Amino acid sequence: MAPPETSGSAPLRFVEAVGRSTLRAVEQVGFGATLVGDSAYWLIMGRRRGQVVRPQPVFAEMMEIGIRAIPIVTMLAVTIGIMLAIQGIYQLSRFGAETQVVVGVAFGMTREFAPLITGILIAGRSGSALAARLGTMTINQEIDALEVMGVNPTRFLVVPSLVAMLIMLPALVVWADIVSLLGAGLYISAELGMNMSTYVDQTLELLSAGDLLHGLEKSLIFAVLITTIGIADGASVEGGAEGVGRVTTNAVVHGITAIVLTDMIFAFATTRS
Amino acid sequence: MATSSTDAPTAILVRDLVTHYGDREILHGIDMEVRQGEIMVIMGGSGSGKTTLLRHLLGLEKATSGSVQLLGRELTELDESGIYEVGKKIGVAFQSGALFSSMSVGENVMLPLVEHTRLDRETMEIMMRMKLEIVKLAGFEDLMPAELSGGMIKRAAFARAVVMDPVVLFADEPSAGLDPVVSRSLDELILNLRDALGMTIVVVTHELESAFNIADRITMLDQGNILTIGTVDDVRSSDNVRVQHLLNRCFEEEVLDPDAYLARLVGEGRRA
Repeated sequence: MAPPETSGSAPLRFVEAVGRSTLRAVEQVGFGATLVGDSAYWLIMGRRRGQVVRPQPVFAEMMEIGIRAIPIVTMLAVTIGIMLAIQGIYQLSRFGAETQVVVGVAFGMTREFAPLITGILIAGRSGSALAARLGTMTINQEIDALEVMGVNPTRFLVVPSLVAMLIMLPALVVWADIVSLLGAGLYISAELGMNMSTYVDQTLELLSAGDLLHGLEKSLIFAVLITTIGIADGASVEGGAEGVGRVTTNAVVHGITAIVLTDMIFAFATTRS
Repeated sequence: MATSSTDAPTAILVRDLVTHYGDREILHGIDMEVRQGEIMVIMGGSGSGKTTLLRHLLGLEKATSGSVQLLGRELTELDESGIYEVGKKIGVAFQSGALFSSMSVGENVMLPLVEHTRLDRETMEIMMRMKLEIVKLAGFEDLMPAELSGGMIKRAAFARAVVMDPVVLFADEPSAGLDPVVSRSLDELILNLRDALGMTIVVVTHELESAFNIADRITMLDQGNILTIGTVDDVRSSDNVRVQHLLNRCFEEEVLDPDAYLARLVGEGRRA
């Protein structure tokens, strides 16, 4: 039942609008959580229920989410690595500690920037594509077609994307770690005259498995967020092509916001001593 | 036209079906029966409730009250897996075709086989080609849906709908948006499917000519109520004023005819 429109004063209407938006957001979060639960259920129980998750769509999604994103991830990761090195050398030069830039770059990239920039990139690239696909499929009655064919849409559409995202996003983060550190290393070598092998040795000495895992754990959370937000926004489509455009934009905005907020909470919870 | 006898077993039985969207009651106690082997056409104007009724027959909507039995199963009481089981015995050709745009025509047609059978790929491809031949799309299996015309998309949708040899076939507005020639060829296709495969077929349409061409019986809906149910002759000779009004297409031309609708839009644009 549609809630009645309020004809009260402007402040009252503002409060009502905030309330409605909050309710919608809570509803979306609930839908996303249900989606994750359903996906886990179909992944584990699919074979028993005669609705097996096939590997081909998972591979196709891995190709789209992961392999095709390598060039842009490489470019951005190298750029961020070099930028971090530039800013680090500039700041540390005031204390005559330029060589310590290796510490900042190594920890900054592996623990923070590589997962964050990769997450944001994939939210913009694949989260929006998921929302657009789901939105278009809903409008074209393709979701209805799946249901009446006896095919569970979550198992058929969501699980392959989620599995592919859970595999490829951490893999892309590892790749971003490597290329960003190499990019930063090339700049540091040129700027400070540091031997590249010395830079690599120092970086490997500084980093522990825990630092890499810190970034990878975040990337797993980002993978779930990007997929569920993309699907939830796509499924909420109303209207035609305009509606698809709206949910696609929403998926990008919601995805990036969720990633940045989660990143902050994760860093707060796991890094503070 | 009629081929099913009145003592044929019941395929679909709807009793006192009431449904609401929010506060609004859309269907006001629908009663209807579809016998096995017959072509039942559900028709009515825009907003008459025919698409809502179809969605109930497919188990896509939950009724406020009443009963919908499909092949002896009470849809209103089935859970998700029960609905999926029934889904394997029916085929649906949606108004938009609902072909999956990322799959070729052949993959679309084969999808139900891939999902519900353990046939080897070669057998599935043979079955797919047979169904494409029935709908006169042989050789089109490698094309993508975006490369097909509107009529071809509908034909491919029919091929996918019948690939599992369903007991009941549903078609939502098969002629909508098509020119008269293509529309007539789809009518022939529906008749051929019934005659060749012995299916029970339920067609939702607002196209009178198409309805009269294919129907064994017609259920005419108006504002969520059943106006009349009967053979083509029964409906044609009905003395109900509203039935005659709809048959004379006053309502249809005003709201649903695409040319009239477009002409009106253009006219409004000029006035503005």
